[in-house]
Amino acid sequence: MAIERAFDEIWGSSATREGRPEFAALADWISSTPPAELDRRQKAAEAAFRQLGITFAVYGEEESAERIIPFDIVPRIFTKSEWSNLSEGLVQRVEAINAFLADIYGARKILKDKIIPEELILGNPQFRPMLDGAKPPHGIFAHICGIDLVRTGPGEFWVLEDNARTPSGVSYMLENREAMLRLCPELFEMFPVQPIDSYPDSLLETLQSVAPRPAGKPVCVLLTPGHFNSAFYEHSFLADSMGIELVEAADLEVDDDMVWMRTIEGRVKVDVIYRRIDDDYIDPLVFKPDSLLGVPGLIAAYMAGNVALVNAPGTGIADDKAIYSYMPEIVKYYSGGEAKLPNVETYRCREAGALQYTLDNLDKLVVKLVDGSGGYGMLVGPTATKAQIEEFRAALIKEPQRYIAQPTLALSTVPTLTDSGVAPRHVDFRPFVLSGSKGVTITPGGLTRVALREGSLVVNSSQGGGTKDSLILAGDA
Amino acid sequence: MRILISHRTEYRFTEPQARVVQLLRMTPDSHLGQNIVDWRIEVDCDARLKSRRDGFGNIVSMLYLEGPIERIGLSVTGEVLTEDRAGVVNGAANLLPAGVFLRPTELTTANAAIATIGAPHGINGSDPLGCAHSLCDEIHERIACTADRSTDMRSAAEILEAGAGCSMDMAHVLIATARAAGFPARFVTGYLSDDDAAPQQRHAPHFWAELHIPDYGWIGFDPARECCPDEHYVRVAIGLDYRDAAPISGARIGGGHEVLRVGVEVSADADGQLQTQN
Repeated sequence: MAIERAFDEIWGSSATREGRPEFAALADWISSTPPAELDRRQKAAEAAFRQLGITFAVYGEEESAERIIPFDIVPRIFTKSEWSNLSEGLVQRVEAINAFLADIYGARKILKDKIIPEELILGNPQFRPMLDGAKPPHGIFAHICGIDLVRTGPGEFWVLEDNARTPSGVSYMLENREAMLRLCPELFEMFPVQPIDSYPDSLLETLQSVAPRPAGKPVCVLLTPGHFNSAFYEHSFLADSMGIELVEAADLEVDDDMVWMRTIEGRVKVDVIYRRIDDDYIDPLVFKPDSLLGVPGLIAAYMAGNVALVNAPGTGIADDKAIYSYMPEIVKYYSGGEAKLPNVETYRCREAGALQYTLDNLDKLVVKLVDGSGGYGMLVGPTATKAQIEEFRAALIKEPQRYIAQPTLALSTVPTLTDSGVAPRHVDFRPFVLSGSKGVTITPGGLTRVALREGSLVVNSSQGGGTKDSLILAGDA
Repeated sequence: MRILISHRTEYRFTEPQARVVQLLRMTPDSHLGQNIVDWRIEVDCDARLKSRRDGFGNIVSMLYLEGPIERIGLSVTGEVLTEDRAGVVNGAANLLPAGVFLRPTELTTANAAIATIGAPHGINGSDPLGCAHSLCDEIHERIACTADRSTDMRSAAEILEAGAGCSMDMAHVLIATARAAGFPARFVTGYLSDDDAAPQQRHAPHFWAELHIPDYGWIGFDPARECCPDEHYVRVAIGLDYRDAAPISGARIGGGHEVLRVGVEVSADADGQLQTQN
């Protein structure tokens, strides 16, 4: 079922296709390039991704279900002013997230001022009491955030989710652009597109900037759980692009509250660890005792201020779905102004009134598990079967505190190559926001995810979503 | 009361270890009713020791040992002056709000049986302190206290079902039921000076719980002995459960397995004369 009157980012209203004059050239390109030619280029891009090994595992399927995320050859495009408005909102949001984390692991003023119910933080497993009082180098907790945005109209952007733990997907942003430059070079002559290939340099500068003490050249490493991890390609790709060592736990040791990397020439002191291992597995002395992925003593080195962990442990409290609905208040509390990027209206089912409203409108709402991710444990009311709705109704009545509900947004669409030619498909957008000691950097781009099934609003790769390149214009076209 | 503590731990490895890293929560802090006169941790091999406070306010020490290591001898000795404050904990370093200690952990998750025990002792009754006492008594009645330390980690639900456990196990059951009844509850690691106890019971750290009581604050409850800690107790570390407050969490790099020997001698020095420790 298609959502009526969804805004199409190239064609304007998808019903009338009145078009957006600023992107007329792209609309012409779409209509003048034969679908067979688009398909040929798309297949060439996907063949290249398969060659590179950019695969992911789908949970709940057989091991053999390792596959590539489908790539769509028709790009998405933002004007310069759209991007600068978005950037301002992102900077404000991520600065607030870092201020919030420093407060939550410090003075907890926001709780004393009763902006958020205390029990929502204190009882949340993502708030790690053993890290209370942590002062990470330069005061930054969430160095890399992937903020998920959706759009409903020309100037209407909404934050759907703040990813402040170890957000992935940036390798797709970079590889998608590589493919587009190779396969559709004419688009980059048509439009003044801002380059994104500086992302690895920006990331490295961010990592180096948060080294605990000024050193000639701080030693940064990327800590991966290993090649069985579904994002291992991204780990090796980023380490390689930055020219830093890709290490596993066994390559690191902690001595005297300092972190060292074992090398053939002896051990080298490590200043910054870009870790792609979840908190629970990072140090068996403090978290899961049976973890083999972690480094014993790493939390001691972190608490002593001798190493920067990127992102810091315990940042999950900032992107928790139970906290999300308070983000407008959180942004206002720390920035002093209204949030430039609004939240999607959210019903907290832990509150009786919100629960009743949710139960009365299950066929219209999106219901999500507070602690779920990847599109699992989610109900999209308008497209759900009666049985699915009743299943959620029972679950909601049993454990309302585990759920939030949101209106089903008419997500914007972007022309997408389908079996029946180019047609509108719903999208979201994840830009990557870097916070270092010298401020916030946002590479002009991001990961656009597209729901490939007609009418589907679920863009997660585990649920049949694909990706697109996202072009940000340098000037007005 | 003057309490003298000598806590020796010896690790022997069947094969030499390349490295050993240990996190020690073995240093008590002074607070009302507990004054640390002297305290030292000694390691009988070449080691580096770094101390700081963790998020719970515990004084933790990191021990780093470079191999080859076949054995580690760890000796903690100290002298503490205590007085009976009826279990009330005051002036201890902990900045965490009590609400943190309402959350369940893997070891203290409530099942139906735990919730049923907790229900009649709810924090919202007219006499929460009385409820806390009766809850502690009930756990004491339901679980036979074994002198020997349990060899495996069991959840509160499993311990309750088995009906027997050591002081650590009983503390976990009290914590799980207390949280189910609405009381913030935390795990305590410490020492007990008990001349009446069986000899083997004296040779181990002792564990109990603290419950946060409206109008009183944190109060200790020892379900193993059906009492509130008095001048015979020395408080060392706290946490959500044993895992946060274990005297030693360790990791080693090397093959084989380890053999652990623990010897604790805690004695009261009522006459003010030092006794010989071994």
